[in-house]
Amino acid sequence: MTARRVAITGIDVLAPGGTGVEAFWSLLSEGRTATRAITFFDPAPFRSRVAAEIDFDPEAHGLSPQEVRRMDRAAQFAVVAARGAVADSGVDLAAHDPHRIGVAIGSAVGATMGLDAEYRVVSDGGRLDLVDHRYAVPHLYDYLVPSSFAAEVAWAVGAEGPCTVVSTGCTSGIDSVGYAVDLIREGSADVMVAGSSDAPISPITMACFDAIKATTPRHDRPERASRPFDGTRNGFVLGEGAAFFVLEEFEHARRRGARIHAEIAGYATRSNAYHMTGLRPDGAEMAEAIRVALDEARMAPTAIDYVNAHGSGTKQNDRHETAAFKRSLGDHAYRTPVSSIKSMVGHSLGAIGSIEIAASVLAMAHNVVPPTANLHTPDPECDLDYVPIVARERRTDAVLTVGSGFGGFQSAMVLARPERGAV
Amino acid sequence: MNTPVVVTGLGVVSPNGLGAADYWAATLVGKSGLSRITRFDPSQYPARLAGEIHGFAAEEHLPSRLLPQTDRMTRLALVAADWALADAGVSTAERPAFEMGVITASASGGFEFGQNELRKLWSRGGQYVSAYQSFAWFYAVNSGQISIRHGLKGPSGVVVSDQAGGLDAVAQARRQIRKGTPLIVSGGVDASLCPWGWVAQTAGGRLSTSDEPSRAYLPFDSAARGHVPGEGGAILIMEDLAAARARGARVYGEVAGYGATFDPRPGSGRAPGLRKAIELALADADTGPAAVDLVFADAAALPELDRSEAAALCAVFGARGVPVTAPKTMTGRLYSGAAPLDLATAFLAMREGIIPPTVNVEAAAEHRLDLVTRQTRDAELRTVLVLARGHGGFNSAMVLRSARDTDPPVANERKTHVR
Repeated sequence: MTARRVAITGIDVLAPGGTGVEAFWSLLSEGRTATRAITFFDPAPFRSRVAAEIDFDPEAHGLSPQEVRRMDRAAQFAVVAARGAVADSGVDLAAHDPHRIGVAIGSAVGATMGLDAEYRVVSDGGRLDLVDHRYAVPHLYDYLVPSSFAAEVAWAVGAEGPCTVVSTGCTSGIDSVGYAVDLIREGSADVMVAGSSDAPISPITMACFDAIKATTPRHDRPERASRPFDGTRNGFVLGEGAAFFVLEEFEHARRRGARIHAEIAGYATRSNAYHMTGLRPDGAEMAEAIRVALDEARMAPTAIDYVNAHGSGTKQNDRHETAAFKRSLGDHAYRTPVSSIKSMVGHSLGAIGSIEIAASVLAMAHNVVPPTANLHTPDPECDLDYVPIVARERRTDAVLTVGSGFGGFQSAMVLARPERGAV
Repeated sequence: MNTPVVVTGLGVVSPNGLGAADYWAATLVGKSGLSRITRFDPSQYPARLAGEIHGFAAEEHLPSRLLPQTDRMTRLALVAADWALADAGVSTAERPAFEMGVITASASGGFEFGQNELRKLWSRGGQYVSAYQSFAWFYAVNSGQISIRHGLKGPSGVVVSDQAGGLDAVAQARRQIRKGTPLIVSGGVDASLCPWGWVAQTAGGRLSTSDEPSRAYLPFDSAARGHVPGEGGAILIMEDLAAARARGARVYGEVAGYGATFDPRPGSGRAPGLRKAIELALADADTGPAAVDLVFADAAALPELDRSEAAALCAVFGARGVPVTAPKTMTGRLYSGAAPLDLATAFLAMREGIIPPTVNVEAAAEHRLDLVTRQTRDAELRTVLVLARGHGGFNSAMVLRSARDTDPPVANERKTHVR
């Protein structure tokens, strides 16, 4: 029996600076940034006051007023991007056995915006310890348990197979897609609508990252605030968004003549078992995840043409990750462009992993490596080729994308041009 | 490739018993953990009963530095993981770190911790929010903390599918073992019994409003009027059978089959998915309905949901075709902890040859179930089916096989006492 392979046949992206794949790619390929002073609430009391916000009109994206009322912003993103990915794939899901269609959604912080806002109401602005249920919205339970996102997407696309939310902090966006890949490979589903969504730009999120100085305090020039691998960087910039994919078993996709954007060739996740927020400088666990993902893809490190970095813009991360690339790719790490799109779209926690998978696929489609914006003063400790400021034309047949997050999770995925030799 | 995956250790934290031995003893005598909420004054709320865990003193089990940075559900999960590893006789320090992982389910994260920090934010200001908030409340916290405490660097993860998630996590653990990681710590523990969590659970109107613990949570009874929530769950040590045998481990039994579906969108007119999930799990276990000796029901205790579960069971097994039980009537519904606790209970039931009861329930004739009520029933249990459903339409089913029926069979003489 030949192993089942997994193709990406549909993509949609909701990212700061542009909704839809085309707007997203033009932002990245032009090296523009979408970070700005926070507009969702008054950021003055906070240490960090910038974010990468989306100008999102849910009704313009086809959500009914009832759906808008019921769903947290992150769930709205998920439904819109999932529908978009299905439309892009051209697959007629209604013609398939619904039990063979599944949903896997990554989200790090679920319905944070909804919970923050509703808490404020039922607690009367934080006054009541015994919060008042009479002011609670009827769908508050769906904010409590974010598997409601998977339910909304399953209803939206007509999936009746395995459905779940994968919530591994900032690697959720890679891990949800990796989970879906496993289900297709083992034969539990033929089609998975997979991706991730987070909408964390809320006072409670700003406060909790302020408390550990993880986000940048620099707000004089918001468009320059996210500076991964730059010697002057001092924390990440919070973002929001979603990216979704239609994943299909390869033969399933071929039979219907689908356009195959890319193959998901390898995936792995490992834990550092070290600290909930800290990283050891040697990058050993991320390196192990990369090694296993390459092994699953049956690729040598030298096959990788571009590394889409986690590149959050904290000193700790940038050095950890640079060490992990050297450890796993050897000398090839020095010869391979590495860039962080968080410099342009910020860090949308559980969503960014999927958004970065989309960027990786687009890099292959265009043979263009997106740049690391705002990288003017290289950190001497970070001595790889981070593609500063300007995108670069480069033949790109295989991409490594990685994520690193709270809880110690380290994930890696290898994407490849589909026409490479059949396994 | 499809190597058998077995359970070798149990860690139980339940409203009616701390530790698998206490829990099992309580379950056999029908001792309930449901009572009026003591954690806060519930008088003003429409529902006032819960399955609280009493007598759990985290400081007796965990280092003091962990206390300020953990929610109650994480403390319970850490202790359950300690107990499960000890029960399995696994010394994590002596094993390669990348060959052990942790995959748990979560439903609400560290919600009580979150309430405290939200209160500080809105009543006093953002600068009063704890430095631990960023990771104490999120859904990945239990997997992260367990991995750190025991040095588990292998494949790890967290799934959220409401109450079905406990089975989905165990299935994901089995998947990773089959891909080559010999040991995964899995299961789930949830707790959100704080006013903010209570108000969120109350929303939607699925909780029982009864004040009488023995009359409040009555699945499959004609008086079913909602459920009582609880806190707790179970952590399971899962291993590749060959690896477990090689180290001479005591085996509780095998996770032999799994299936998951999602219900059609409301109003579609299509049949709900539980029956299909059961059929998928049986096929995955390479067995059929006739082999199943016992079913642990999801037991939602809402008339519509009870009817659909009973209909699925009758469709697969025939009317009164298999004994059915719901010991969660003694604990309340534990969200992501419910199914892992049912799995633990099922392994203990198989080992002892005893079906634990569905307490307080008088099975309504319309459901046509052989519901084991009032007291235990002796039975040879070789194959057990565990069901779990999550709000919105998640259906998961898991087939377990007893230790003596694992393929190849394992000797089970080492009947050490569970903690």
